[in-house]
Amino acid sequence: MSLLNVERIKLFSTRSPYWCLLLVVVFGLGLSAILSLVEGGANAGVSTSQAGINFAISVIMVMAALAITTEYRFGTIRNSFLAVPKRGKVLAAKTAVVAVIALVVTLITSFAAYYLMVAIHGPDAPANAMDINNADEWRYIWGPAVIVMVAAVIAVSVGSLIRQSAGAIAALLIWPTLESLFPLFGSFGRRVAPWLPFNAGSKFYTAGFSDGQGPPALDGRYPSPNWWQGGLVFVGTAAVLYVVALILLKKRDA
Amino acid sequence: MIEAVGLTKIYGKTVAVDELSFTVNPGIVTGFLGPNGAGKSTTMRMILGLDTPSRGRALIDGVPYASIPRPLTKIGSLLDANWIHPNRTAKAHLRWMAASNGIPVKRVTEVLDTVGLSAVADKAAGKYSLGMKQRLGIAGALLGDPEILLFDEPVNGLDPEGIHWIRSFMKQLAANGKTVLVSSHLLSEMSLTADHLVVIGRGRLISNSSTADFIANSTTASVRVRSPQLPQLREILVGAGLAVTDVPDGLSITAAPIEQIGELAGNAGITLHELSGQAGSLEDAFIKLTGDSVEYNAHDGLGPVSPTEFTSAQDASPTAGAAPAPYRGN
Repeated sequence: MSLLNVERIKLFSTRSPYWCLLLVVVFGLGLSAILSLVEGGANAGVSTSQAGINFAISVIMVMAALAITTEYRFGTIRNSFLAVPKRGKVLAAKTAVVAVIALVVTLITSFAAYYLMVAIHGPDAPANAMDINNADEWRYIWGPAVIVMVAAVIAVSVGSLIRQSAGAIAALLIWPTLESLFPLFGSFGRRVAPWLPFNAGSKFYTAGFSDGQGPPALDGRYPSPNWWQGGLVFVGTAAVLYVVALILLKKRDA
Repeated sequence: MIEAVGLTKIYGKTVAVDELSFTVNPGIVTGFLGPNGAGKSTTMRMILGLDTPSRGRALIDGVPYASIPRPLTKIGSLLDANWIHPNRTAKAHLRWMAASNGIPVKRVTEVLDTVGLSAVADKAAGKYSLGMKQRLGIAGALLGDPEILLFDEPVNGLDPEGIHWIRSFMKQLAANGKTVLVSSHLLSEMSLTADHLVVIGRGRLISNSSTADFIANSTTASVRVRSPQLPQLREILVGAGLAVTDVPDGLSITAAPIEQIGELAGNAGITLHELSGQAGSLEDAFIKLTGDSVEYNAHDGLGPVSPTEFTSAQDASPTAGAAPAPYRGN
């Protein structure tokens, strides 16, 4: 428990987490407000209220990766291991703190963005566009926060593996882009693409949902994960990276 | 007590630390001495569990560092004063350390006061001078009121005032019965603070003895004479079976009482312009011992150059060549 407090002090005694979290909230609410109002609200919908989600994933991953790479950058990781020589505990506490913060901030932002759009969308919004009728539609509101939380775990793990801010951030930001290129690689690429971690992760909240406003679905000819399969792929990816990071953290000289 | 047993660290083909065994006894200041690159820092990192030894082990009161519960309350250390986040305040830096080892928060204020940083406790540590960072590092080492303290080159790059402060601080720690291991590449520095010396070169143990013994055994006193009748004097001294060497405008005689030389000259009626005893320089002794084991030997046609130049230069003006280290890039 005290180690969670330690990581909380570390995180919030530097500036970048405040900026990152502020960006997530401002961007999430800002996009929701803009899409509520442009073209008289014609774009309004449950999915468009969550338009800031990919941005949130990127920013939270940057914050999470920095939480560990800056420790290597400034050498404080050694102080951390001197204070807590059981390195696994340091990684676990850091991951937990970053993940919970990511979950809470994104959850609040998602709900706020939805209700903001409900409140201010323009007169040309499709009828009942903001109605939530079933579990799939609800998941579009709370699901993104879960994916952001898991993305934070991936980012801490990658940060711990690469131990270098620029490298870790580049890897994390290029990764989803690479996944989006897969459909270009013939039928194999199109078959595999929906099951790649970030694509699959997005299925956690997009699967089974369509209000006609969201991004077009992936190529329908190939099977794509349902919401829990997508979630499992993403969580599994995070788990594997975390375990590899943990093993190397214990093995490598600090 | 710190105990190193056959401690070895190999990086690829480089043996950084080679079968090093020594103990650091409680209640005294032990100097850990060696030229730059001798493996001092690597050894300290292995003692503290940051680096895994390739062979051998380091124990603190019989257990490895990683097995000590709340280690900061047992052993405090300062390996590198730059290991701080530049945007984090000194207070926050110490607060997380305290929280990690169940140390009461009031200790943060206490140690900041001890090292004289109370006034700047809420300033970002990145704005500190090297001397202030060093003080913050020492505050961190003292935080858990440990009985054992480890410092790696604590005076490196400090101004004379900072050096003086660290020096008296070490003595005070020893007076309070703490066990202190402090590394340095400056023998003169160690001779002022350490009771015991562990000397290494190229990762190997060179000497392990009390400071007094080390200095007595490794320095040679000599007598220097100048005279207008130098050739005659040399003849007489050599005739008396003394070890005489020529030095610029004079002679140097080792292993002979100064009185004997004066009497020999007087009996022969030789005028002396100088007759002076030369204490063996500590740095010379150190270089003699570690000369073969300096890793980065410069060769410029004048024979092997041992670290004389930089040791003595740094000794004379401690800030030279050691400006506050820039942040290591990523």
